[in-house]
Amino acid sequence: MSCETLFNQPLRVINIGLEGFAEDLEAAGVPVVHLDWRPPAGGDPKMTALLASVEDE
Amino acid sequence: MAIRTEVLRSFYQDSVVLMRVASAIRARQGVREAAAFMGTPANQDLLEQNGLATPESRAARPDDLILAVDAADDAVAVEALGAARTLLTERRQAAGTKTRMRPRTLDAGLRALPGANLATISVPGAYAAFEARRALRGGLHVFLFSDNVPVHEEIALKREAVNRGLLCMGPDCGTAYLNGIGLGFANAVPRGRIGCVAASGTGLQAVACRIATLGEGISQGIGVGGRDLSQDVGGIMTLFALQALIAHRSTEAIVVISKPAHPDVLPKIEAALEAAGKPVVVCMLGAKFGGGRAMWVETVDQAADAVVARVSNRSWSPRPFSDPAAIRTALAGIGSGATGKAVLGLYTGGTLAHEAHLILDDLLGPKDTNRILDLGDDAYTVGRPHPMIDPQPRTDLLRKAADDSQIGVLLADLVLGTGSHQNPAEPLAAGFEQARAHAAASGRTLVGVASVVGTSGDGQGFTRQIDRLKSAGFVVLPTNAEAARFAALVANPGLASHLLEDAR
Repeated sequence: MSCETLFNQPLRVINIGLEGFAEDLEAAGVPVVHLDWRPPAGGDPKMTALLASVEDE
Repeated sequence: MAIRTEVLRSFYQDSVVLMRVASAIRARQGVREAAAFMGTPANQDLLEQNGLATPESRAARPDDLILAVDAADDAVAVEALGAARTLLTERRQAAGTKTRMRPRTLDAGLRALPGANLATISVPGAYAAFEARRALRGGLHVFLFSDNVPVHEEIALKREAVNRGLLCMGPDCGTAYLNGIGLGFANAVPRGRIGCVAASGTGLQAVACRIATLGEGISQGIGVGGRDLSQDVGGIMTLFALQALIAHRSTEAIVVISKPAHPDVLPKIEAALEAAGKPVVVCMLGAKFGGGRAMWVETVDQAADAVVARVSNRSWSPRPFSDPAAIRTALAGIGSGATGKAVLGLYTGGTLAHEAHLILDDLLGPKDTNRILDLGDDAYTVGRPHPMIDPQPRTDLLRKAADDSQIGVLLADLVLGTGSHQNPAEPLAAGFEQARAHAAASGRTLVGVASVVGTSGDGQGFTRQIDRLKSAGFVVLPTNAEAARFAALVANPGLASHLLEDAR
């Protein structure tokens, strides 16, 4: 999706992280889905990097 | 003294929630210190440094939540831990009963929200690139608030975004405005015809608020993250955002806000600006003025004033103060108690701190005694939220300033809007009242000077925040640059002949 398309559409947002950001967007009338995020691979950065490299292939 | 910890397994909570829980526990009678952290290595180090670590906390994993309490006795510590657990459990139960859907994965999120076009990402830095890459590959533009993302990851993410025709705003992007909606730390500003590209969150907030005050609005405000114009990143997203705004019909003029671009990057930016075909105003704080058709200015407020003048076909030239007569009156009311004393700046906005530093160095000379602290810097934020959310570190420093006989002027910013503390004037004003009374008891004068970034639409109440600062004795100026110049005038009234020439 290009910037031109984005600039001509209403925002529809996936929020990952601070829940307050999702609440602010909802208050502004923006459709938002807040993910119940947990650190990937049990929070182990090495395993996360390994997971990322697998996804890259 | 009793130190107790408790570990909640696989219980992820974001840093703002944890700050609130820790603050609530710290406020309990008999509790000396409290912490609520995820068990990451950095947070484990913090617990060790603060003497709160226990064998139990040391065994926690990064996705485990650690509660730690240092209390007067064991019974108080046990009660405090119980209260923290209750707060967290109630919060999680409340979230579970909301009608809002809370999918666990991005794929499930995309199914729940067909046509999603943007991901806002604020997870801890170690996982941010992983999530951002997934979002880009899912076809989403990305607003990446997280910091501590390695620069090689930033470069890879931005290259991938550009190849896909997507924005990757950040990492470390505090603010953006898309289609009239503010993201992250953002103020209520109207839509309009001025587009912004900013390598600075508070810079974008300040310029957007000033543009709104002058009666104009923002078409799009694209944040790019503080490192975008570095040699390593090479301005990838600044150039992409500029092209997007140049092509955007509703954008009639463009403002660029950043620190100086690396000399290897600047020519690429200048070439893009030269070909813009629209008026462009550039504020690269601390940079020498560039050439070409773009107008270069020195401060963030000048950028707003200049671009509004350009779209209104009015001439404009910079002035030190918008109302010199009011400045003279304010100076007369202050007296000479702080003359010759040092200025201490306690800032929550990094760009505002940098701007104040440049102005004070220019007017007072680069003295070691004048200090401007950016409390959003990593050195102050390890293990705790940004000072725009958590005002406690600034309040603590204010109290220390009261003991320093060299300091005569306290300079501060106050940033309103979404994401920020719900009533930031109160802790700043209360802290200053205490500091000023303490200084007065020793026969010293402490002058408070502040500016407020916000609009009348912000939830904190723009006028109410200013009034609270004034009631504490702050002199409140319309912009940060004016506040810094005023602070310099208080420390050195001899500057009046230079700065207040217009008023004569």
